[in-house]
Amino acid sequence: MKKLKEFGFEFFIYLTTLITIISLFIFLIPIIKNGYKGIFPNFLFTFPKNGMTEGGIFPAIVGTFYLTILSTLFSFPVGIITAIYISEYGKPKFLVDLIKTSITTLSGVPSIIFGLFGYSFFVVRFSLEVSLISGSLTLAILSLPIIIKSVEESLKSVPVAFKEAAYSLGCSKFETIYKVSLPVAFPNILTSLILSIGRVAGETAPIMFTAATLYSRRLPKSLSSEVMAIPYHIYGLVTEGISPEKQIPIAYKSAFVLLLLVLMVNLSAILIRQNLRRKRRW
Amino acid sequence: MVKEKIKVENFDLYFNDKKVLNKINLSIFEKKVTAIIGPSGCGKSTLIRSFNRMNDFYNAKVDGKIIFDGMNINDKNIDLSTLRTKIGMVFQKPNPFPFSIYENVAFGLKVKGVKDKSFIDEKVVKSLKDVWLYDEIKDRLFDSAMSLSGGQQQRLCIARALANDPEVLLLDEPTSALDPKSTQKVEELLEVLKDKLTIIIVTHNIAQAGRVSDYTLFIYLGEIVEFGETKKVFTAPENKKTEEYITGIFG
Repeated sequence: MKKLKEFGFEFFIYLTTLITIISLFIFLIPIIKNGYKGIFPNFLFTFPKNGMTEGGIFPAIVGTFYLTILSTLFSFPVGIITAIYISEYGKPKFLVDLIKTSITTLSGVPSIIFGLFGYSFFVVRFSLEVSLISGSLTLAILSLPIIIKSVEESLKSVPVAFKEAAYSLGCSKFETIYKVSLPVAFPNILTSLILSIGRVAGETAPIMFTAATLYSRRLPKSLSSEVMAIPYHIYGLVTEGISPEKQIPIAYKSAFVLLLLVLMVNLSAILIRQNLRRKRRW
Repeated sequence: MVKEKIKVENFDLYFNDKKVLNKINLSIFEKKVTAIIGPSGCGKSTLIRSFNRMNDFYNAKVDGKIIFDGMNINDKNIDLSTLRTKIGMVFQKPNPFPFSIYENVAFGLKVKGVKDKSFIDEKVVKSLKDVWLYDEIKDRLFDSAMSLSGGQQQRLCIARALANDPEVLLLDEPTSALDPKSTQKVEELLEVLKDKLTIIIVTHNIAQAGRVSDYTLFIYLGEIVEFGETKKVFTAPENKKTEEYITGIFG
């Protein structure tokens, strides 16, 4: 009887794993099948033509790149410092509890709400217009809860023994964080930061009203330019325009490129982490 | 003549209003080894961690004085960094940083702000020699400290503390996680180190206290039961409890 239970449980585990893997492939196969052709180099490096019916997605790739990089410039420092405050200082308690509750709540908020917030706050209130800067700030706010949480986890996983050793050697609290906790947690922190990049690159809703434009023949010139972005481009190709039979294939290709980009980002996170882990094991 | 290095006067310690140490009065003598023994949970570790204020992190409240170098280390405005470089510590479980061997030993100096590379190099080599580790690892100074065996790691931790030139070295059950051979090596090391510095060691191992220490302190339920020269405490203890503990009737 016990054996049977054991077997049933194992079977159940394998089954659910299998379902996950199969659904992943069901999801990936059409994108790959319809998207991989003629990507390189024309599709990647040319501008869209004739509405959105021909040409490549170069400005969208550049736009997504800018949005992602700019948003990390805001979100990484703020996120890391907040995480340090929560995990290492943690006083006064009511403030930390408040921040933690806010983070948990924010991480459950649908991304379209962040988009609306970004619109009313950055675009309207601060008159930043629909621009690269408004979109990056909105994306930064969207990614903050995830960054704070994962960096906090990374810092919490630093063994107390290392911190005690640092203190016993004359470190102040700041020195302990700076010279021991952060370096020890670095591989994990780096991984979570890179993963957040992948997440931000694929977001559509937050940039719809704050940064993105459907069609542009130029690259963004300044922080106040509108930009094209791959996810929003896909959305536009599928929902708008006049010749879907030409647009849908482009949408597939764009989706393929976006997937590839995010996959590359995540893969680099894994590689970097493995590499650093090998050097510092405990 | 033995000189007093640390003097503890009417020292009480509380964790969350629970009294853990009660009216401790004690002298630690210079360039001697003082062993702190007693059953689990009696306050041995808390006492040794009081000498470099490591209980601060667990919101300890204290009363009374611990005089070191003419100052009360429980004073609010004492410079803890300086105190902890003068009173070094080695922990129960070897805890080298997951950096290179070199970085581990150089750590304290770099925190102090020493920039002179050749001075640091020299100091690292000397500290490693002092713990008899240098010959074993001289070819892999820049390998991770995690690649060392447990015993080597613990000696590395001692070297790391020694690089700060401490006057006192606190060892909190330094061999309880080590095999007998590594334990023996650490014990022999203490024998040599006490020529240069004052050593306080907490140990669970009564025989070890007998082997390595000049003075023995027996504490029980947060109070000192007996303190004196090790020879005397082990051969003719004044207190019945001490005798029972040493002979293994309870523990």
